[in-house]
Order: sequence, then C-alpha cells, then structure tokens
Amino acid sequence: MRRAAARRAAGLAAGRLARRPVVWVGAVFLGLTFGMGTLAPYLGFLFPAGTRLVYTRASFPELVASHALLTGAASLIAIAIGLAAALFATRPTGRPYAATLDRLGALAQTFPPVAVLALAVPSLGYGALPTAFALVLYGVLPVLGAGMAGLSSVPAAVLEAADGTGFSPAGRLWRIELPLAAPILLAGIRTSVTIGIGTATIGSTVGALTLGSPIIDGLSGDNPAFVLQGTVLVALFAVTVDLAIGEAQRALPQRAR
Amino acid sequence: MRLPAGREPAPTLRTGAGLDILPLLISAFALAALLLGGFVVVAPNRLLSGTPLSLWHAAGPGGAATMLAILGAIALLAVCPAFRFQRVLIGLAAGALMVLALALAGMAASEQAAAAGRLTRVSLGAGFWTLFLAGLLLLADCAEREPRRAGKALPLLATLIGLAALLTSGRLAQLSLAREYAVRQQAYWDELVRHLELTGAGLALALVAGGAIGLMAYRRPRRAGPVFAVLNIVQTIPSLALFALLIGPITLLTGLLPGLRQLGISGIGPTPAILALGLYGLLPVARGVHAGLSAVPNTVVEAALGMGMTRRQIVHNTLIPLALPTLLQTLRLTLVQLIGLAVLAALIGAGGLGAFIFQGLGQTAADLVLLGALSAIALALLADTALRGLTLFLVRRPAQ
Repeated sequence: MRRAAARRAAGLAAGRLARRPVVWVGAVFLGLTFGMGTLAPYLGFLFPAGTRLVYTRASFPELVASHALLTGAASLIAIAIGLAAALFATRPTGRPYAATLDRLGALAQTFPPVAVLALAVPSLGYGALPTAFALVLYGVLPVLGAGMAGLSSVPAAVLEAADGTGFSPAGRLWRIELPLAAPILLAGIRTSVTIGIGTATIGSTVGALTLGSPIIDGLSGDNPAFVLQGTVLVALFAVTVDLAIGEAQRALPQRAR
Repeated sequence: MRLPAGREPAPTLRTGAGLDILPLLISAFALAALLLGGFVVVAPNRLLSGTPLSLWHAAGPGGAATMLAILGAIALLAVCPAFRFQRVLIGLAAGALMVLALALAGMAASEQAAAAGRLTRVSLGAGFWTLFLAGLLLLADCAEREPRRAGKALPLLATLIGLAALLTSGRLAQLSLAREYAVRQQAYWDELVRHLELTGAGLALALVAGGAIGLMAYRRPRRAGPVFAVLNIVQTIPSLALFALLIGPITLLTGLLPGLRQLGISGIGPTPAILALGLYGLLPVARGVHAGLSAVPNTVVEAALGMGMTRRQIVHNTLIPLALPTLLQTLRLTLVQLIGLAVLAALIGAGGLGAFIFQGLGQTAADLVLLGALSAIALALLADTALRGLTLFLVRRPAQ
C-alpha cells in the first residue's frame, strides 16, 4: 500500500512537472533547434516569393551551442567575480569600499551595452572576444548588487547568534550567510544570465557566432525568413533559461530551511 | 523582485567609516596610466592602426607637469582631514582633470597634423581614456557624497561648461573624432535628433501604458501577479530579437490595411523601433508605479479618507507626493535604459546614433564607431544627471 502511495506521489510529481512552463517551453525550443532545418523549406508561404529559406552559414544546433557556450562561460566568470567582490565588500576589511563599489556599479550601468560592445572592438578585434568582454562586464553588475544586498540583508541578530554558537567566520559564511542570501543572490544571477543572453545576441553585430547571426544577416540581406528563425529561437532560448532559473529559485527555500 | 538590467534600487549597506580611499586609488591609477599608456595614438591615415605617444611627448613638459599637479592636488585633498569644501574641491579638480586632458589631446593633434600632413589621424589613446574615466568617476563620487545641493551642482556644471567651451572653441578640430564629425555634421545632428525622437516616443508609450498597468496592479492586487509575469517574459526576450520580431507583424498589418502605410507606418523604420522601446519600458514603469504607490502606508490613505478628502484629492495631495521619489527614479532608470536600447534601432532602418556605430563596424573605422558610441554614452550620462538633479530639486529625500 505504501508503494502505491509512493507511486501515486511520483505520478503526481511527474504530472506537476509536465505542467511547469519550463518543460514545454524548453521542449518547443529544443524541437525547433533541431527541427528548424527540416521545417524551414516549408515556410515559403510566409515570405515574399524567392526568399531563401534555409540559413546556411551554420546549423541551428551549432548556433545554439555557440550562443550557450559564450553566455555560459561569460556568466560563470561574471558570477565568480561579482560574488567575490560582494563577499569582499561585506567582510570587515572590505566594508569601507562597499559604497564605492555600489556607486561604480550604478555608473557603469548608465553605459549602453551596445556602445561598450562597439568600443571593445578596436582593442579586442572582431568576434567572440569583445562580446565576452561586454558579457562579463554587464554580467558582474547584477550579481555584485544582489550579492551585497543579499549578504547585508542577513539580520545582525542572526550573525551574533552564529558567533555565539561558535561558528568560524568561514563556517558562518558558508552555513548561515550564503543560504540566507541565496534567494536574493539567485535573483541577481537570473538577471545577469538574461542580460548575458541578450548581449550575446547583439554580439553578432561584431562578428560573434550566436543566434543573433541569422537576425543580423537577415536584416542586412533583407531576408525575413532568417530574421524570424533567429528571433523565435533566441526568444525561446532566453525564456527557457529564465524559467529554469526560476524553478531553481522556487526549489531553494526548502533547501535553505 | 527583478528589475531589468539589474537595476535594483541601491541597497542600504552597512558601511564602516574609514579613510576616503577612492580619490587616492583613482589618482594613483591615473598616474600609472599616464606613465605607461599612450596618451594619444598617431596613425598615418584613417584605416591604418597607429603608434601610441605618451603624455610627455604629446603635451610637452608643461602639459605633463600641470596634469601631475592636478593629480597631486586630488591625492592631497583626499588625505586631508575632512573640511567643509573638501568634496567640492575634489570634484572641481576632477573636472579640471577631464577638461585639461581633452585640451592637451586637442593640442597634440594640432601639432601632429601641422607636422605630418592632412592624412595623419590623431586619436585618443588608452592613457587619455583612463584619465578621463578617472575624472568622471571622481566627479560622480563627489556629487553623490556632497550633502548640499549647490555643492553637488557646482563641480558638475563647471565641468560641463568647461567641456562645452572646449568643444566649441575649435581647439579639438584636428582630433580624428572631430574630423569624423566634421565630414558628416548634418547627418550627425539628424541622427542625434532621430535618436531623441525614438527614445522620447518609446518613453511616452511606456509611461502611458506602463503607468496604466501599474495603477491597475495597485488597485487590483490579485491581478498584479499574472500581469507582471507576462511583462517579465517580454523583458526576458533579447532586445535585438524584440526589435526584429516586430517587423513581420507590422509588415503584415500594413499589407492588410494599406491606409496605415499612408500614415507613414511601415514594417521597417521607426514604427517597430518605437514599439519595441515602449514594450521594453513597460515593465520598469509598471513596476515602479506599483511599487511607489504600494509603499505609501495604508494608514496615510485612511487618514486622508477620514479627513474627508475626495478620491482625486487623495491621489493628488497624498499618493503622488509620497510616491514621487520612486516615480522619478523609475523615470530616470527607464529613460537611461531606452537611450541605450535605441542604439539598436539603426539595425532595423530606424536611424539614430547606432547608425554611426554599425556603419563604423562595417567599415572597420574605429573613430566612426567611437563617435556614435561616445555620443550615446554622453546622452545617457546627461539624462541620468539631469533627472538626478530634478529629483533633488523636487523632493527632499530621494528614493533609496
């Protein structure tokens, strides 16, 4: 009987999972990624006659992989830098610099990402490198902001209690502060990754191979089919990743408790 | 709670007192850049890359000495015990640093052009940019920390006037950036105005629609969740995709309703750009209005009701004044974001400052890219500063 209950619970969990938007949006995204090449020749009725329908510079799985790799690597670096800076700014030695870091971030956010991307080209050349630079730069800011906000949102009473119970500074950070800051921190990471996917898309204007490439090629070559294929895939990609991190956020409080 | 582009309102931080480290750090950094990096770069023509020239060689001993004197003054002011005009003086020195750096670069360009002929291009080097950015950071820092309004405004205004005087004096005419501007003067102003028009129209759209959504979410909290979830998805879509995504439907619409085309609406050009900018502004505006109104304590509204105020009076005399700091902050962040995003409008044929950036990227003409990118950055910084000033003018305590 207990096994039946467990099975029912598992079935319920699976049913609940299937109803989560991330699952079906992700499924549509993956389906289109691998199916776009097959589907494209049949889309002729949507566009003016004579439009080339199949994007040939790279296959869509290749574009997705390149986009994901660029965004993923840059996001990891950005999260590491942002988190390290936030940790520094909330420790006793770094606290005097917290306000400065905060102001620096606010100023940097005033700079338009496309402008920074374009300014990186003369020194870094065309391609993935300037894109990665802009990605890391803009990815750090939300993580830094959220990290500082999250770590300083831990009530002083909790910290004192941890000190009183004999936690070492590292233990306190790892077992008390980071878990309590995690929801805010993860929200910052979510913003950071979303911005990263968007900036990587623009990166194709400076020659990086991403899902923005068919959009840019389509816009400059007057080919609406490429534009549509690129926009739909990159929008689905961004929404899928955003929803996936949202799921992680939702799962978090139970683990932190 | 997620604002676009990570623009959460600045969290209040537990900061300890300590030595004012930023001016020291920046002047040390600027000094290093001065000694190591090229102040200007001299190239034989527009497309070839050039050789860096240090400040000492570019500006002569006099210019270098003046620059060092200003850096020394900043460091000295920073280690001084606090006094009344400390921040204002550091701010003024930072402004002087920026103006002097630009003037020296302009002079160096004139000398090089006179010596090596018309084709020579003198562009600004890494050393210049480090100095200029250091000045900008210091200026922003001083404006932020100085408590008095006049003290905040004075260094900023002095720097702006100095830079404007320098730009109009013609002393910079031989810098490659100025020459890039000189050959397309008319186009530059056209695109600048176009950029402002696109941003303004997008902002107006976002304010009207986003304001209505925010108000609705405030009045009917139960509907707020789903509405913000939908707006969140719009915000998640990469900006380039949103711009391009609107071309198709609008083209289709003008195909079905030819009357629209006579109104000047078409799938390529300003219509999708303005629509995309408006859509991007929806979430920040709606969330800002909602947050601003929700932050007004219920007891205040009840007290106003108890005093016999009408609905209209409550909105005008209670809700709006109390929500004003948040509303103005929302306006500032949205405007700055839209100015940056409007750069992309050039990709869908709508023009704006992005036109120079993408043209320059296509021709590998770094100075043309610089012209567009720097103008966009300057525009965003000016809008940010102006709205911060307006906020200070209108409210005693700006939103935190």
